[in-house]
Amino acid sequence: MLTLDSKVPSGPIQDAWTNHKNNLRLVGPKNRPQYKVIVIGSGLAGASAAASMGAMGYNVDCFCFQDSARRAHSIAAQGGINASKNYRNDGDSTWRLFYDTQKGGDYRAREKNVYRLAELSTAIIDQAVSQGVPFAREYGGKLANRSFGGVLVERTFYCRGETGQQLLLGAYSALQEQVAAKNVRMHTRSEMLDLVVVDGRTRGVIVRNLETGKITRHAADAVVLASGGYGNVYYLSTNAKGCNVTANWRAYKRGAGFANPSFVQIHPTSIPASGDYQSKLTLMSESLRNDGRIWVPRDPDEKRKPKDIPEAERFYYLEERYPRFGNLVPRDVAARNAKEVCDKGLGVGPTGYGVYLDFAKAMEEKGAEAVKAKYANLFEMYERITDDDPVETPMRIYPAVHYTMGGLWVDYNLSTNVDGLYSVGESNFADHGANRLGASSLMQCLADGYFVLPVTIGDYLSRHDAGEITTDHDAFEKVETEVRDRINTLLKIKGDRSAQSIHRELGKLMWEHCGIARTKESLMEGLEKIPALRKEFWNNLRLPGGHQEMNQSLEHAGRVADFLEFGELMCRDALLRDESCGCHLREEYQTEEGEAKRNDKDFAHVSVFEFKGVDDEPELTKEPLSFEALPLADRNYKS
Amino acid sequence: MRIKIHVWRQSNRTDRGEMKSYDLEGLSPDMSFLEMMDQLNEKLTGNGEEPVAFDHDCREGVCGSCSMVINGEAHGPKSETTTCQLYMRHFEDGAEVFVEPWRARSFPVVRDLVVDRSAFDRIIQAGGFVSNHSGPKPEPNSIPIEPGIAETALDAASCIGCGACVAACPNGSAMLFTAAKSAHLGMLPQGQTERFDRAKDMVDKMESEGFGSCRNYAECEAQCPKGISIAFIGRLNADYLKATMIEPIDRRGKMHAQ
Amino acid sequence: MNRLAAIYSSNLGKKVIAAVTGLILFGFIAGHVAGNLKVFTGSTPDGLPHIDEYAHFLREVGVPLVPHNMVIWSARIVLLLAVIMHIAVVIQLAMQSAEARPIGYVKTKRKMASPAALYMMFSGGLIAFFIVFHLLHFTVGALPLGEFQEGEVYRNLHSSFSADYWYVSLFYIITMVVIGLHLNHGLWSLFQTLGLDNPDRNKIIRLGSTVTTVLIIAGFIAIPLAFLTGQMPPVEEAYQAIAPPNH
Repeated sequence: MLTLDSKVPSGPIQDAWTNHKNNLRLVGPKNRPQYKVIVIGSGLAGASAAASMGAMGYNVDCFCFQDSARRAHSIAAQGGINASKNYRNDGDSTWRLFYDTQKGGDYRAREKNVYRLAELSTAIIDQAVSQGVPFAREYGGKLANRSFGGVLVERTFYCRGETGQQLLLGAYSALQEQVAAKNVRMHTRSEMLDLVVVDGRTRGVIVRNLETGKITRHAADAVVLASGGYGNVYYLSTNAKGCNVTANWRAYKRGAGFANPSFVQIHPTSIPASGDYQSKLTLMSESLRNDGRIWVPRDPDEKRKPKDIPEAERFYYLEERYPRFGNLVPRDVAARNAKEVCDKGLGVGPTGYGVYLDFAKAMEEKGAEAVKAKYANLFEMYERITDDDPVETPMRIYPAVHYTMGGLWVDYNLSTNVDGLYSVGESNFADHGANRLGASSLMQCLADGYFVLPVTIGDYLSRHDAGEITTDHDAFEKVETEVRDRINTLLKIKGDRSAQSIHRELGKLMWEHCGIARTKESLMEGLEKIPALRKEFWNNLRLPGGHQEMNQSLEHAGRVADFLEFGELMCRDALLRDESCGCHLREEYQTEEGEAKRNDKDFAHVSVFEFKGVDDEPELTKEPLSFEALPLADRNYKS
Repeated sequence: MRIKIHVWRQSNRTDRGEMKSYDLEGLSPDMSFLEMMDQLNEKLTGNGEEPVAFDHDCREGVCGSCSMVINGEAHGPKSETTTCQLYMRHFEDGAEVFVEPWRARSFPVVRDLVVDRSAFDRIIQAGGFVSNHSGPKPEPNSIPIEPGIAETALDAASCIGCGACVAACPNGSAMLFTAAKSAHLGMLPQGQTERFDRAKDMVDKMESEGFGSCRNYAECEAQCPKGISIAFIGRLNADYLKATMIEPIDRRGKMHAQ
Repeated sequence: MNRLAAIYSSNLGKKVIAAVTGLILFGFIAGHVAGNLKVFTGSTPDGLPHIDEYAHFLREVGVPLVPHNMVIWSARIVLLLAVIMHIAVVIQLAMQSAEARPIGYVKTKRKMASPAALYMMFSGGLIAFFIVFHLLHFTVGALPLGEFQEGEVYRNLHSSFSADYWYVSLFYIITMVVIGLHLNHGLWSLFQTLGLDNPDRNKIIRLGSTVTTVLIIAGFIAIPLAFLTGQMPPVEEAYQAIAPPNH
């Protein structure tokens, strides 16, 4: 049984963060260089955390598996970043952003965390602009905004369709400034393969250099995991190929609690797969839904070109079902509806798994040029991939796994239940509940990295002396041996199947049994099939090459091995959560109209799992959620 | 469709390396170039050979990992397209395809098609940032930026740091990268205070990394997957000249001593 | 001086030096073609072709304020220095660029780089050779390629560019085309090197460079071409004083 102290401050929600900060212990500037902090990952959360702590004077080591810190997958976020600046005078406020986020997350997040996120949102924009992030401007030179899925105000800041790239480059340049100042040492092409915990306190990590295969030990006073999400457990997702659960999973196996693993956001607007060889799915920004109308032909046997189908024979299912929000319903609602119409046989495209996203009306009203200009790079990207021009013919879209709300359990300080181990960004579970609002992931990563962690980590560090344990400690020896043994075991299997083929099979299995809509039966089946596939992996893997060299197959196999254990945990969590909430739809729990039916009485909690052994059932601990500031309410996007 | 693919194989930094040829069948024109490479690697793995190492990550054209010279062109035949966004429909059935790594002294080959581009990170470390700490900052609307300038800065900032400019340049020059990075910050009010130091420091670093010099071929712009204009190079030249000839020299020393 | 040293020590600075010296040489060429075109304007009444008169003028500029030949020799020294610096920095840059890619590609395809840009070193080398050749030919008169009389430019041209020495004309014409390519790339790229370009005026700069180059080269080529094809008045006619009118 895990002891989960969320350390949420008491008192009114508006003052919680300020009061909490005032009560935290700090490390003095002269002492900071003595404390060594390891950051795993260099995406928005990792880079901003490492840069901020470096600038404060901490001694930081940052690791990423890519060849440069700038390549982390935060770079691919297209749409924008939310901030309650209320520049449009449309009634936005910290409270409203908090409300939207909490409501969007279907009340499965800690409300004081969510409020803090909303409170910090405006400072993120200020910080980014001061770094030279070129946000879109209006004619007068003021910052421009657009509205984004599921909200009634325009609060999203953007840089064309490359907001993530620009924000990451901002964080990356701040990080490089600290590298130049020798406050941060950047280790690229380095993968964390295990965590060293001694007597309940995090002491360091074991890292493999992906170029030379050299395995090294790194001791630190604290370790921050900013290793992103685990969407690639589905093989096909909008995540980068390298995204993995490994750092989180190894932390979990060393005692960190894993929270809400089954909460996976399926994004409604991705380009459909074109065949079995598909290696990843490409997201089309959700902002397209501002001008695009989603429909399928009413006739399942429709053979005409989309342009030739008369209005009356088109089924604008979102507009019909949700007149108030129409095509702008939240992501999960849009995704589920798309799957539902396709399952009924109304889907379009070669695979039958796709729906139309049509810009004809917007182009008629605003002019084709205006619409094209607004989405220039998205239209171009779509045409490049599919060879179809969205100006001439509607886009085809289909839901794809996009973001994982679950992650390591953290308290209000972003610390896991293992002392000295922190988790920021997508890798933690904290702020998005059961569903994440569009344009909120960038916000959360940067709030964690720039403003929360640099302050809260001092509270832990100040309680301990720096450098108590070095890499000579027996624990490092032991963990390093385990890491080496595991690699050697993988190489010795010498079976017939590539890691790629097993990963693909796991992905199909997860999509089928733990995808957009889940049932008890499908999940139980998944729980039987995954261990069997895991067995197949450990008996029949073919892994070419050795370990003292660059070996991308070995890197992949190590990550697949972790996914094969992790997938089971996801199914288990989904099975235990006997309700529908946010992205988690259990078919048994829905209204007659197919709306998610929450069960607040039994499931208004965070499900936190504790590792008990690969083939043993993990132990569940529940962190109850309280709703004082914002009482529970049904999520209803119909009225 | 089928192709004959010639790939550079090199097992580590010191290995001599050579081109090797493979036949691939049963490809779909809707496959991306990297999915074709996946297919090749599956085949090699099946045959007990070592797969081809190549850098890739987002596979949607923004991370800048992929780095292949395909038939003599960085990122292949389609303009303003990264390798991962290149599709097999851009090749003829039965085509011969040559795949080589980026070639530059400053980008040593690590294995097969993987090169070491850390020189780019070091150029950024030399000055590709606005000196900053995290914390309260002025209200952004108090410093209006003309949208045209913000957009042009964004044009420069669209650089994904892939290194195609270096790979494409007959001289192996990194001017387009350095110019885009320096112009992005140099055009915005936030980047003004360090503008000339930045230009000087970044160029000096670029040269000491061993990149060639620009001879205005404009080949970099033509092969840049983001179509970044060489006009930014002119801008960097002007800033660099001003930094060297007009701006106070001793200011740099004072800045660094702070 | 420190700043000049800083400029010289960097590659980008060396490019600036190449651009500035290139600009000086361009100025010379533009002046040279303008002077040369005097070959087409006939002779003075007392039988001195304008081109000879111009050559004489160049030697006597500034007299009596400065000694004979002073101005022309000063100009020659400046030009010589410019040529030497231009060649020196360009060779240094080329060597450094060659080092930047020790292993080349098996396949190379150019999307944009023009032959003019790619073969600047080759065209530059030819130009260097041509300068020496041209000086020996028409300034010193050391080459057995037609008649040479010091100061009698028209006679020398007429003889060297005659059909008997057709290969001389051919060599001059081909070299002029190569110089044109060198000049065209050099001219617009010096705007970029000096940071004077910007997207609003790049089209004009490129077009202007091409038009200027074509005009200059056409002017140069016209001379051997006119002599070779027999369009020019014979030497005797050119040097014949127009008889004073009979009273």
